[in-house]
Amino acid sequence: MRRILSVIVNDHLGVLNRITGLFLRRGFNIDSITVGKTETEGLSRMTIVVNVEDERTNEQIIKQLHKQIDVIKVIDITNEPSVERELVMIKVLSPLQKRTELTNLIEPFRASIIDVSLESVTIQATGNPEKIEALIELLRPYGIKELARTGVTAFKRGGEREREVTRIKHDALSLI
Amino acid sequence: MSVKLQAEEAAAHSSQKRMSGALMLVEALKKEGVEVIFGYPGGAVLTIYDALYDAGIRHILTRHEQGAIHAAEGYARVTGKTAVVIATSGPGITNMVTGLTDAMMDSLPIVVIAGQVNTTVMGTDAFQEAPTVGITMPITKHNYQVKSIDDLPRIIKEAFHIAGTGRPGPVLIDIPKDISNQEGLFNYPEEVSLRGYQPTVSPNRLQIQKIVAAIKQAKKPVILAGAGVLHAKAHQELRSFAERVNMPVVNTLLGLGSFPGDHPLFLGMGGMHGTYVANMALYEADLIINFGARFDDRLTGNPKHFAKFAKVAHVDIDPAEIGKVVETDIPVVGDARETLKMLLEEDLAPGDTAQWWQHLNQMKKEYPLWYTEDHKTLKPQRLIEMIHELTGGEAVVTTDVGQHQMWTAQYYTFKEPHRWVTSGGLGTMGFGFPAAIGAQLGMRDKTVLAVVGDAGFQMTLQELSVLTDYDLPVKVIIVNNYALGMVRQWQQLFYKERYSESLIPNQPDYVKLAESYQIKGLRAETEAEARAAIEEALNTPGPVLVDCRVTPDENVYPMIAPGKGIHEMEGIKP
Repeated sequence: MRRILSVIVNDHLGVLNRITGLFLRRGFNIDSITVGKTETEGLSRMTIVVNVEDERTNEQIIKQLHKQIDVIKVIDITNEPSVERELVMIKVLSPLQKRTELTNLIEPFRASIIDVSLESVTIQATGNPEKIEALIELLRPYGIKELARTGVTAFKRGGEREREVTRIKHDALSLI
Repeated sequence: MSVKLQAEEAAAHSSQKRMSGALMLVEALKKEGVEVIFGYPGGAVLTIYDALYDAGIRHILTRHEQGAIHAAEGYARVTGKTAVVIATSGPGITNMVTGLTDAMMDSLPIVVIAGQVNTTVMGTDAFQEAPTVGITMPITKHNYQVKSIDDLPRIIKEAFHIAGTGRPGPVLIDIPKDISNQEGLFNYPEEVSLRGYQPTVSPNRLQIQKIVAAIKQAKKPVILAGAGVLHAKAHQELRSFAERVNMPVVNTLLGLGSFPGDHPLFLGMGGMHGTYVANMALYEADLIINFGARFDDRLTGNPKHFAKFAKVAHVDIDPAEIGKVVETDIPVVGDARETLKMLLEEDLAPGDTAQWWQHLNQMKKEYPLWYTEDHKTLKPQRLIEMIHELTGGEAVVTTDVGQHQMWTAQYYTFKEPHRWVTSGGLGTMGFGFPAAIGAQLGMRDKTVLAVVGDAGFQMTLQELSVLTDYDLPVKVIIVNNYALGMVRQWQQLFYKERYSESLIPNQPDYVKLAESYQIKGLRAETEAEARAAIEEALNTPGPVLVDCRVTPDENVYPMIAPGKGIHEMEGIKP
């Protein structure tokens, strides 16, 4: 099952290596991982999408992440109201006579053309992974020359109760 | 007052002094109360060794970096203190990788100071450069690379804090040579504040009460005590608790000594080569209370059959261990000592366990550890029994890994904590002898025995030099069966007796070997010779090596074959 973990880490040298190394060592598979700075100086947010067999494996991943000294907080936001976004750039074959058709096609996705050449256009889109998938499938018949996805970045929506697993709280026990 | 004087006075007042990184390190080690350092010098740590020259901290020069870190492990195990190791960059630190992994697996508090090439050449494949932080990241509790002299005091303080608290473990500090040379203000922090590291020491009382309720209901309860009890120094509380609730106690390999081995409540060690009664108790139990054991696969056997009928309470300071292998009904995150203290405050009433005890005592009587006696040759099991008799069970015993290790665990009855030093999780051959050096330095007034196999001893025997250099009266007992004994046993049992590369028919003359290091060497081939030799070794003030040629075809029994459940022991009766 697919889980989305939002992990707040110290913005220290090698932290990404620490986290990916942990996944490698414990045999957990990462679907995607994105990292960027947060609103707080010195802290970064990693959004890690994993595919796990069961809830126990997921808990083990969360606990192992917590053991890292540079990990401040781990939140499993899979079942939380959250905002999930991915960016994709697709370079697609586009002879001049097909261009209007393409523009019409991508319009409902609120995607935009960010680069144009004689044979191809580059389309940029953001959205949740399903939407990105749908767009890619629609464009595939035209001939995709190049494609780059960022992986998911996500966090919880505002105002909702948090289901947080914090290192010091005994509440963590109820999750076991 | 001149400005200069003012500044000097202010500096003196705040105990801030300008000094080199190397001197800062020495000052910090003194503040941490470090008595002894194990290490090996080299280019990248020359400045550090220069600072150590007149620092007044004892340094033990081993003959290989692996020897240094295993010695540190032995020291940490018997003293409970954080041990310190120094190695130079590149090959120095890669030689320590085995020991680091060993310390990580067995939760031993070690601070490793690693030299690194100058920051100016880092990343250029400079002479003796290795990516130490990357290499050691998965085998340390945490590691650091010092990029600025200003960070050095804080990093050392944090390293000791992380190594010695919570679930102990090794922490490495990678110090580039120019950082050791550079000068800066030494301002050693009093406190450590790490947002991402707050171990839970005190457990949740609600969970404690759940354990109390479970004890009242249990008809077949068992306590499983692991090394966590020793790390928390909770052996007295464990004993009081077990006696109050009248519960049988099973030890893990690393937990031996956390409960008196001669106590009527003790069932022995559990696991692959544990006692039959210990394993059957774990299999049949309706309640298992685990204090500080991590349900290693050598203990559980096939996990499908482990604790099949039991409610499991698991007390561990590391939340990640809870539920990792065995599903837990009552998870308790906390220090074993704090937890036991809280349990002892409760109104503890044992359940109706009369029948259980009758059954356990019956099994104890019917299926004790066994071997066929033969007083003419030297049986390895008898050898260990004799060592126990002759030392009164008082000695500190270290081992390598394999048959001799299991026989020692089975036949040397450990009554007290911090007398047993072995490589559990990683199963490191070559561990036992250097670990004995560290143990002897940690316990100067105790007899320290390195019980080693002939194969494991040959991996680190160059450390014999250290015994002579530092006048350490370690007694080395080689359980010599001309083989990689446990490999040979498995080949016999599971590979149709095809002894592929496991036999060592040509052994060195260990007596001459010892003598060449100015150590007394003795050889024993029969039980009588062994008794005499061990007596002589124990009565000789200095180091002694005894080469005990044991019957080579003995196997360790009983055993749980790989893939089998804990209730499917083989070789439980002759």
